[in-house]
Amino acid sequence: MAKMKVDFDRCKGCGLCTTACPKKIVALQTEKLNKKGYYTAVCTDDDACIACALCAMMCPDCAITVGGDDNG
Amino acid sequence: MAEKSLMKGNEALAEAAIRAGCKCFFGYPITPQTEISAYLSKRMPKVGGVFLQAESEVAAINMVYGCAGSGIRCMTSSSSPGISLKTEGISYIAGSDLPCVIIDVQRGGPGLGGIQPSQADYWQITHALGHGDFHAIVFAPASVQEMVDTVTKAFDLADEYRMPAVILADGLLGQMMEPVAFEDTEIKMSDASKKPWAACGHGNKRKHNIINSLYLKPDELEDNVRARFKRYEDVKAKHTEAVSDYCEDADTVVVAYGSTARLAKSAVEAARKEGLKVGIVRPITLWPYPAKEIAEACKNAKNVLCVEMSMGQMVDDVKLAINCSKPVEFYGRTGGVIPKPAEILEKLREMGGKN
Amino acid sequence: MPEFKRPHALADVTTHYCPGCTHGIVHRLVAEVIDEMGIEGDTIGVCPVGCSVMAYDYFECDMLEASHGRAPAVATGIKRANPDKFVFTYQGDGDLAAIGTAEIVHAATRGENITVIFINNTTYGMTGGQMAPTTLPGQVTQTTPYGRNPDVEGYPVRVCEMLSTLSGVALAERVTVIDPKNINIAKKAIRKGFEFQKNKQGFSIIEVLSTCPTNWGKTPIEALDRVRTEMIPYYPLGVFKEGAIR
Repeated sequence: MAKMKVDFDRCKGCGLCTTACPKKIVALQTEKLNKKGYYTAVCTDDDACIACALCAMMCPDCAITVGGDDNG
Repeated sequence: MAEKSLMKGNEALAEAAIRAGCKCFFGYPITPQTEISAYLSKRMPKVGGVFLQAESEVAAINMVYGCAGSGIRCMTSSSSPGISLKTEGISYIAGSDLPCVIIDVQRGGPGLGGIQPSQADYWQITHALGHGDFHAIVFAPASVQEMVDTVTKAFDLADEYRMPAVILADGLLGQMMEPVAFEDTEIKMSDASKKPWAACGHGNKRKHNIINSLYLKPDELEDNVRARFKRYEDVKAKHTEAVSDYCEDADTVVVAYGSTARLAKSAVEAARKEGLKVGIVRPITLWPYPAKEIAEACKNAKNVLCVEMSMGQMVDDVKLAINCSKPVEFYGRTGGVIPKPAEILEKLREMGGKN
Repeated sequence: MPEFKRPHALADVTTHYCPGCTHGIVHRLVAEVIDEMGIEGDTIGVCPVGCSVMAYDYFECDMLEASHGRAPAVATGIKRANPDKFVFTYQGDGDLAAIGTAEIVHAATRGENITVIFINNTTYGMTGGQMAPTTLPGQVTQTTPYGRNPDVEGYPVRVCEMLSTLSGVALAERVTVIDPKNINIAKKAIRKGFEFQKNKQGFSIIEVLSTCPTNWGKTPIEALDRVRTEMIPYYPLGVFKEGAIR
């Protein structure tokens, strides 16, 4: 179950979230650019995510949400 | 009519501001306007208003910006060098469509100049009150009573048109004592209730208000400025003021404003006694400029004399008002020297003699 | 499950800030505090001139845009007319510590009951990375191409230390937002500032050591490291003054 959710077009690919993840499972993907031209952050292992939200805390763009009803 | 009392121009103006609902005053000491601050520092706390002495003219006008932005009637006052410092803030106030009243009790310049009366801020106040395309409404009172009357009008028009209004006085008017009467006897401090645009906290009842003058897209900025200038046309149509005396048959018409107009009027009356056909027209608003009223007053004249306490600043606007259709001469004293009626009379004799 | 969502007081828009710029984190913290205290409807913010000039579009409370450096004077005007409202300024180092030095010092010494969020990233970001009053000795900027030389350009201003000498200051605290632990401390400091204001206890300033990856010529992650290794040694974190003045 995905716990970390990235707003694809809000992410600016800065990578600050990657420094905060205690599980080291947040990375920048290198396959698809968003409309602003950035490679965005992704969770590389949904099962390992503990939903601690530290990635979201580090995000300067409020592009990461954690938990809540809209998380599938 | 309310009872008259004898008051100094600066103090009468300050009292009139309170009666016009001015809740906050932000100022900085400078001669010859300091009585305004001194008076308000005593009065404001007693009527539930705010008096704050700022750290600079720059800070004072920006306090006005914040206070006006939150929808509250407020005022600052200064004298020439201090007005120079305020011009940045005045431009932001105009660019953000905020109402406020600014008092300039002019002194001699440039630089530190002197502390005696002057009208050498005419260009600054009417033509260059800050960077960018904008105007402020400018009143030029000529008596202590008019200091009172124009400040009330200034607050009302500033609110109505969401623009700054200036009272352009001088050290002579500020310091002189005359009998005055106040129409508004009840003091009612302003609030933001009739200003839906004010940034005073949205109370979770509306979308947020933004007070701002930044428009990065040229088209948007142009539209914004054009909309403001459209409002200016309305001000021009409804609120241009001038008074004229003895102009109907005058060969020479004097144009003068403020305390200079009083001196010039004495000279005109003396000249009439000598049989010279002279009249006088006095702008009460300097913006909008009473060009039509001046042209009308000068229509039968052979020549025109502009008298100012400067090297001649308004004289250009007089020439424009009559489209340079007849000779416009100038008489002025500057640096804090007040032109004597006898000097003006001499000039009138000279001009009368020419025709 | 813990939830992490955008606070209501932070507008749901994409900011113009460069990738990795920590302005966004600080904006969010201010908005979270406004949400948690339930004061959005009673808060008025004042923006500076600099990178955060358009912050008026990013907060949902009423906002004013001040001229360069004058935000504390603008905030004073609002607060004196509306003493029961919350007023904060959000200013950068050029705005607050260079052109606006007089305004910040006098708002502080008057004990003006406002909260100042001060972003120190040692450079003028908006204009392309010139020397700021907080630029470190030796730091290369567009206008100190050979590095800031104290013999020529003088020394950086330590704002919190300077303001903490003034009687009107209730809170002067320096924080940073380079990792979650520090972000928590920063948020607590901002909350404290607003609480001081609520209790009418005087002036509060929260200085946030921030990054400017673009003008520093670093990646966003390298920029975090620079705060840790170069800025914190010169600008130590912590509380410089705390206590009600009234």
